[in-house]
Amino acid sequence: MTDNSNLDELVKQHQDILDAHTREHVQWHFNPETGSPYWLEKAKSFDFDPLTDVNCFEDLNKFPLFEDDELRGGPVDRWIPKALKGKPTYVFETGGTTGVPKSRVVIDDFRIDYENFSDTLPDEHFPKGANWLMLGPSGPRRLRLAVEHLAQYRGGISFCVDLDPRWVVKLIKKGKIDEVKEYSAHVIDQAMTILGAGHNIQCMFTTPKLLEALAMRLMDEGSSIEEAGIKGIFCGGTEFTQQWYRFAREELLGENVFITPTYGNTLMGLACGKPFDPADNYKITYYAPQPRAAIRVVDFDDHTKVVGYGETGRVKLFTMTKELFIPGFLERDEGEREMPHIKYPWDGVSGVRPFHKIASSTTVGVY
Amino acid sequence: MLEIPVLRWGKPYESFDQQEVVHFETGEPLAKVHQANAGLVKMDMRKAQRARDLLREIPVSQLLEICKKAAELYMTAELPLGNGTQTPEEFCRIQSASTGMPEWMCASNMKKVAFVLEHMEEILDALTRGLPLDILTKGYGKEDRGVMLSYQANSPVLGLVLPSNSPGVHTLWMPILPMQIGLVLKPGSSEPWTPYRMTEAFYQAGIPRECISVYPGPHDVGSTVTELCQRVMVFGGQQTIDKYKANPNVQAHGPGFSKILIGDDVVDQWEDYLDLIVDSIYQNGGRSCVNASGVWASRHTEEIAEAIAKRLGPVGPTSMTDPEAPLAAFTMTGAAKAMNGSIEEGLKESGVTEVTEKYRDGERLIEMERCDYLRPTIVHCDNPDATLANTEYMFPMASVVKCEQKDMLKKIGTTLVCSVFTEDQDWSQQLLDSTNIDRLNIGPVKTNALNWLQPHEGNIVEFLFRARAFQNEPPAAH
Repeated sequence: MTDNSNLDELVKQHQDILDAHTREHVQWHFNPETGSPYWLEKAKSFDFDPLTDVNCFEDLNKFPLFEDDELRGGPVDRWIPKALKGKPTYVFETGGTTGVPKSRVVIDDFRIDYENFSDTLPDEHFPKGANWLMLGPSGPRRLRLAVEHLAQYRGGISFCVDLDPRWVVKLIKKGKIDEVKEYSAHVIDQAMTILGAGHNIQCMFTTPKLLEALAMRLMDEGSSIEEAGIKGIFCGGTEFTQQWYRFAREELLGENVFITPTYGNTLMGLACGKPFDPADNYKITYYAPQPRAAIRVVDFDDHTKVVGYGETGRVKLFTMTKELFIPGFLERDEGEREMPHIKYPWDGVSGVRPFHKIASSTTVGVY
Repeated sequence: MLEIPVLRWGKPYESFDQQEVVHFETGEPLAKVHQANAGLVKMDMRKAQRARDLLREIPVSQLLEICKKAAELYMTAELPLGNGTQTPEEFCRIQSASTGMPEWMCASNMKKVAFVLEHMEEILDALTRGLPLDILTKGYGKEDRGVMLSYQANSPVLGLVLPSNSPGVHTLWMPILPMQIGLVLKPGSSEPWTPYRMTEAFYQAGIPRECISVYPGPHDVGSTVTELCQRVMVFGGQQTIDKYKANPNVQAHGPGFSKILIGDDVVDQWEDYLDLIVDSIYQNGGRSCVNASGVWASRHTEEIAEAIAKRLGPVGPTSMTDPEAPLAAFTMTGAAKAMNGSIEEGLKESGVTEVTEKYRDGERLIEMERCDYLRPTIVHCDNPDATLANTEYMFPMASVVKCEQKDMLKKIGTTLVCSVFTEDQDWSQQLLDSTNIDRLNIGPVKTNALNWLQPHEGNIVEFLFRARAFQNEPPAAH
């Protein structure tokens, strides 16, 4: 049973941590010695001084909304804080099925995100030292390196099978369904080969569609995900719906395979799902990795106003790491605001789905 | 409220995802339809062969009797629907309320479905060209003339990604079960009624529940049905047709661009055909692919357009319960407005004139709070290259096109139904030889007058079965 007074205390503590984290990171990103060229230049257009006027998380509302189009195109090093210049840097891309993709430069953040996430994984389902299968898009995305680091951090080795979603979108748009099927089969063939090659793979990252394809291939061959040796799966995206979660647990995996939903992107890092509770009817609630990132569910018409618990709004993201500062960005998703949880004592969001006003123009779930 | 579950090989499945179907005029919720996820379809399709195996245990003669019984139940019975039941009257009322079709048109479409089921034996006899039907069950057999034939099912099930707007098209999948092929239905979001009522009628008449699945759901459920069933019928716009034209597994049904051509030999008597022309454009609210969208002739086109416009121009919407309501509503926000905009663009081209305008009191587009109407529109095109000469919209709209008879076959493009009024033998032969016309009527036949003993947009038997060579004894020496 949740101890409410304890939870209230934890919520307060974590709010204080978030406020302190905000102050520290605003000082870092807007200090002429340490900040990035982008933010130092941008600050000239503000009618407030971030260094003196932003003292808590709530003060981030003083910033104009961050437009993710700013991430398209170069030079990407305008995003690198001066204090980190010269360190080995990656660039990770998101989108890119049409036009110039959005890019984020990263030094260590993806490792830190996944190390923090690792601490939320139950060891009995994700045994330390076991090897991993990363079945999903790699290429210019951070996912492959991040999962690889997660596996290594937990003492294992990650085997990777790639899927290029940009190519799949092109095939779908041309109606080349047979080629989509062939490509999907090609990806699953590789996963089957790796799983059958004696690599002690017990943990997996994949996407709902690829998990479906792999589980059904195994069933068609008289086996199953469990018999293939997989004990724990983390799997994510807006396709991981309440209905799909139930389907995965009831029909795809069987009761002995653990699956945890995650919701992540290049800007935020990795949000965790609230631990499965049968009383919740497979409801999926995500909690951002606060204080490095925070999400708020805000009014559709006024993004500075958080909606009430249980109410629907748009997901607004804040990222504050030494490498990246996003003081409020409206995600392409909506959902319901959820109460803090004892494991994650801050606001969560459930029922995440594409924002209804742009849903019809969004191609989701190609992988 | 009425709650309708997913049917997974006959087993009701209650999903966490549900979608409300609402009354198009009032927004009142009519039912909650449970939504499948694509994974359920994938999981179930692994058992598709069982549907065919079970159906093959029932002799075709018995399945034909089941069809007759199902027709009767569909037309007259109070049948289960989700957590409630539904009478035929309730069926018409709710179908009208969600699709915008006047109730009498819904009742009329019910009769079409029932007619096909009642006459299934003759229909299959015609579509198979007299094949002994047990050959489809067994895979081979000899015809009366002693010739060995073999037919192989291309798929144990037929997948259908059904539309929301035109209940009449459900007639197309009625012959599937008696051919011992299972059904995988993905209903349109505002027309789940026919698939569910028909499924229940089949169940009650004796079809094993495991032979039919019904998967209401979002777009990816439709694409999964299309991907996994080895034979699929899909319904959609020109984009859908283009997308699947190279895919032999998919029979795509879209706009028909159906036309009437009047030969030079009879065009001076065009008034004799006026009733046929008006009915072809106007019946069923002009909503079907078999409604005429073009009337082509080499002369008198201005008078022909004028005469049609005089009849249809004054027509406007009435209540859905009006037993003679002539027009269906557009229930999808913005659809009618977009069509109206395209028509107005087309009218800007030189030589293109709207003729109905002067017979209509008011605008073509009638915008209401939750739905819109488009009033009948007849356009005259003085050349066949005008954009509106070959367009189609889901309301009574047609272009009367001036075109030399010798050029018509080249200019009409792809045509689902072409009714040709002529006695010119040479031209008739050219029409028979043309490959851009699907259903050809030579003579005084409305484009929407369907003879069910003829194939409609491809022969369903040829789509589902493949003729092949088979021998169970050595051939005669030669």
